[in-house]
This record gives sequence, structure tokens and C-alpha cells, in this order.
Amino acid sequence: MVVAAFLIFVPLIGMITLNLPFGFLKRLAFAYAMTMAACQAALAIFLPLPLWNRVLMPFFGLETLPLTVDRLSIVLLLTVAIVMLAALPVGCFTERNENRKFEFICLTILAATGMNGIAMVHDLFSLYVFTEVCAVSFCVLIALTRDRLGLEGGFKYLVLSAIASVIMLTAIALLLMTSGSTSFATVQAMLIGNSSALPRVAVAAFVVGLCIKGGVVPFHGWLPDAYTAAPAGVSVLMAGIATKATGVYTLIRLFVSVLGRVHQLQGVLLFLGAITIVLGAMAAFGQRDFKRMLAYSSISQMGYIVLSLGAGSALGIAGAVFHLFNHAIFKSQLFVNAAAVEEQTGTRNMDVMGGLSARMPVTGATSVVAFLSTAGVPPLAGFWSKLIVIVAVWGSGNRVYAVVALLASLLTCAYFLSMQRRVFFGPLAEQFKNVREVRLPFLVPEIVLSLITIGVGVFFPRVLNSFILPIQSILG
Amino acid sequence: MVINLVLLGVLLITALRAVMKRDIVKSAIALALTSIILSALMFRLGSPLAAVFELSVCGGLITVIFMCAISLTKPQVSRQEDEEVNTHSRHFGVLMVLLIAAAGVLLMVGIPAGTVLPQAAADADARSVLWNERQLDLLGQTLVIFAGFFGILVLFKEGVPRVEKNGAARMRDDLSGELEPDDTVTGEEVHSEPSAGCSKVKAEKVCE
Repeated sequence: MVVAAFLIFVPLIGMITLNLPFGFLKRLAFAYAMTMAACQAALAIFLPLPLWNRVLMPFFGLETLPLTVDRLSIVLLLTVAIVMLAALPVGCFTERNENRKFEFICLTILAATGMNGIAMVHDLFSLYVFTEVCAVSFCVLIALTRDRLGLEGGFKYLVLSAIASVIMLTAIALLLMTSGSTSFATVQAMLIGNSSALPRVAVAAFVVGLCIKGGVVPFHGWLPDAYTAAPAGVSVLMAGIATKATGVYTLIRLFVSVLGRVHQLQGVLLFLGAITIVLGAMAAFGQRDFKRMLAYSSISQMGYIVLSLGAGSALGIAGAVFHLFNHAIFKSQLFVNAAAVEEQTGTRNMDVMGGLSARMPVTGATSVVAFLSTAGVPPLAGFWSKLIVIVAVWGSGNRVYAVVALLASLLTCAYFLSMQRRVFFGPLAEQFKNVREVRLPFLVPEIVLSLITIGVGVFFPRVLNSFILPIQSILG
Repeated sequence: MVINLVLLGVLLITALRAVMKRDIVKSAIALALTSIILSALMFRLGSPLAAVFELSVCGGLITVIFMCAISLTKPQVSRQEDEEVNTHSRHFGVLMVLLIAAAGVLLMVGIPAGTVLPQAAADADARSVLWNERQLDLLGQTLVIFAGFFGILVLFKEGVPRVEKNGAARMRDDLSGELEPDDTVTGEEVHSEPSAGCSKVKAEKVCE
């Protein structure tokens, strides 16, 4: 049995089972989802690559499914698992209604299955189908609480996601017309040396669709509303993995498997990446709502990944993948902290907060770790990934863009310092005198995510050898 | 070719009508018409199997389900609301012209001269392609159906109370995150993002 196919079937069967009309099953949902995510994380870390694709024994014909796992996929599978492990306790703890908790868990499992599929397919149309699974799941998740803002955020996400899907589907249809099949290998073979207009239009359209899904400026309109309006656990999930799996990861996969590393789109990606970084950072400055500020920060960081991809070198792609992983970790961390603050204080307005670190020490400390990592302060993980990104961009000859990326780190540091000062440091605001630290379901994800950030940063040489250099090797 | 273009134009009209009509029944009928014209196009483009599916499922089955749901729930749309559509008609016309112009541009720019487009495969191949080569997509489709099922459960189930968090109930409705709607900063237009416009609860009363 191809181990990879398990990552799609086990969640699917589990979800069908959980929805059978037996009362006790609903209580098992949380444990099931957490176990599934933990197993996925363990497999991604410990299972050696050849075993992923081996056919152990025939299993109802499932071994013929065209799913393969390479080093790039393992990064996404690990990221999905870690973010799920963080989002599930937060979401279940903040949601009081039992039915809605169950729906949250089922939709999260579905979204994770979709993202696992995106990681493992090698066919453009299958990629599209699994992207749709994620899109529908996330749209419903954003609107989970059915309040006005949630519905609006979900609707915006739905409309823009649908537009992106249509553009992607048109591109896939054009590529199918010109190459006869939608598999990565066939399309890649067709594109080599092909200079006619139709495939180029198709590829450009596909990239536009992916940029909309990834929240790259100027297609980021849906992102702040969707992240802010979503309930706590869903925000963690979305910020951690949604725009990455469906947007930038697919973009990386496109460059690695279909287009080849160096391509005419390089210049466009560099430009889009740079304006995303700068505009996201500048927009984050003016925000009073904690989650909205984090949403713009996410947009900005997504720009680093796109910029690194635009560098065109193997180091650039390795940097993009590494920053994708790091961003998932520290952004999920920040959203868990925001959820913790909102849960205990009842507000997201940073102007009325102050001195919360005195009453919520763990949340405050982990928030410091996360924002230092985002700003790229050594020896945290974010420093290394940003360093690789900037070195890759500089090395490819685009000095101006590298300087822009470097200076934007200052902007990042500035708005995060402002956030930290307003929320956690300074004198304790009167109305929050009796606020207490959040309970375990928040504390455990906070601490674990911080430890990962610190660990990946401090043990970077190990990460470099086992993580980054192998990614470079798959690019040849 | 000309017939295809005419069919596309009519498709555009019916699709826009389906979206812009306030009366659900008229909207559903327009959707059915859209499906019928789409299946006619598919026949002309050489995919009879896809056309038959489109006609029977989208043009037939889904319309029947819509009509059942409408007749069971009997949503009331006043005459006045339906007349409001007429004020939107000019947007409708402009939108159509824009879409046709965009399509025209794409047609002229898109396919270079001398491109040989592969023909659609014969019917027998379509069935074997679906079941033998594209099993993964069928699996993905199953997942989408599940997601849709949960979507309906989440969004439309009756009797589920709106979310109330202890003491933090109003936070979810207020983008600016103020503690109380009648707090010290009333009278001040609080916007985190100017472009979010009339979506805020406070401004709602002004805008609607």
C-alpha cells in the first residue's frame, strides 16, 4: 500500500465514521483529529523518503493512485500537521456549541486532506480538484459562526477563490489542449523550447490564479477580512496553512516540476514579491485590530516567499520552502496568542490594551519569540530563512530587490514592536486587572510552537543538512 | 462558428439573469436555461457524453430540486423588490458589453494561426478515462461533496444559536474591537481599513 495514499484515505474514512449516527462518536472527533495530525507529523519527520512511495501490498487497487511524495511534499505535510495540532485545541476551546465544534473538526480534517492531496499529486487537474476541496472547506470554516462579519469574510473568500479557480481551470484547459495531458511531466515536456503564445498565456493565467489564492498584492483583497472575521481556530488554520498550500506552495511546485527553475516569469515574481512585502508591512502599521495587523503581516511575509522564488536559483527555491515552513510556525503562534488575548480580555483593539504581560506571562513571552522570528532576529528560525532569501536574491543579481527585502525587515520589526508595546508591555490597563493566563489548550500550542521556532533556529546546521540541501538536490 | 458565438452570447445573458434576479424562481429557471444552452454548446463541440450529463443533471435534476425547495419554503419576494432589478438593468448591459469585449480580445490574442487543436476523444474513451485514469479526481470530488454537505449543515441548519461568548459577545461584531458600542468613543468613525466601507455594524444603519 502506498503510504502516501493513507494520508488521504485515513482522514476520509475517519470522517465518514465520525458522521455515522451514533452519539458517542462525536466525542471522539477531537481525539481522532489530533491523533491523525500527530501521526502525520511523526511520519513526515521520521519516515525515510523511499518508504513513502513503496507499494507494500495491493489494497483494493489503491496502490495505483498517482500520488508521489518528494522532499518538497514532506515539508508541506509536516507543516499541515503542525498547524492542525495548534489550531484544533484553540478552535475547540473557544467554541462553546458542541455541534459547531464537531463541524469545525470535520471541516478541518477535510481541509487537511485537501492539502495533503495538493502535496502529493503530480497532475495539474488533480491539483485543481484538491485546491477546490480546500477552498470550499475554508469558505465554510470562515463563516462557521454565522455572524455578519464571518459571512462577509467567507463570501469574499468564496468569490475571489472562485475567480482564481476559473482562471486556473482555463489555464489547465489551454495546457491540456496544447500538450494532450495534464500531468506535470507531459506539460513540462511540451513547454521546453516551446515559444508559442498559447502556453505562455496559460502559464501566466495559472500564476495569476495562484497569486489570488496566495494573497499576493494586488490580489490580496479578501485576506484581511477573511482572517479577521474567522473564529479563533480557523484564523490559526488559515494563517498557518491555507494561503500557503493553495497559493505559494503550488507556485513553488509549478516552478520545480513544470516550468523549470529559470523562466520569463522571474521578473514578474520579483516585482510582485517586493510590492507585497512593502505594502503588507506598511498596511500593518495603521491597524488597531490585533488580528487585522497579523493578517497584513502575513501578506507581507508571503511576499518574501514569492521574492525568493523570483530569484530563480536552487537556493532561492530552498529559501522559499524554508520560509514557508517558518512562517507557518510563527504566524500560527501569533494567531494563537491573539486568540488567547481575545479570549481573556474580550477585545482585539490594541489601543485599549496594555501591560498584559504581567497577567499573561506565557502568552507575552511566546509572542516575543514569534515576533522576533518574523522580524528576522538571530538565532531564531526566521532569521535563517530571511537570510537565505536575501542571499539568494542578491546572488541572482537583483541587488535592489534584496535591499528592499532587507529594509522591509526593519518595517516588520517596527510594527511588531509597536504591537508588543501596546498589547503586552507598559502599564497594565485598568479594566484588565483581573485577567488571568489562558488555560492549557492555548498554552500547549503556544509553548510547542515557540520551541519549534527556537529549536529550528538554534539547531540550524542540522536543519540545513537534512532539510534545505536535500531540497536543492531535487532541483538538479 | 457563428452559431457557437450566438449560443455563447445567449448563455451570457441567461447566466447574468440568473445572478441578478431577486425572485428565486426566475433565477432558478434562468439557471436551467443556462445549463440547456451549455449542453447544446457541448454537443456542438463534440462531447456528447458531457452534454448529456449537463442536460440531465444540471438542467433537469438540479432545477427540480430547486423548485421543490422553493415550494416547500415559499420565500416571499415583494413586487417592489423584484422591480428593483430594473434599476440594475443598465449595469447588466454594461457588464455584458464588457464581457463580450474581453472575450473578443482573448479570441484575437489567444490562438496563434496554424495551431492544430486536438479533437475531443470518442465516448468509449471518456468512460474508461474517468474510471481508470482519473480515480484520484473522483476521490477529490467525493471530498468536495463532503465539504459541501458540511457547508449546508453549518450555514443553513435551523435552531443553532448565534455565537455568544461570555462577555465578549459583541467583539465579533465590531471590527474596531471596542469594548462597548456606547463607549467613550461614540461619535467617532472608527475604521481599521477605509475600504471595508459599509460592512461595519455601526455604519450599517447609515448605509442600509
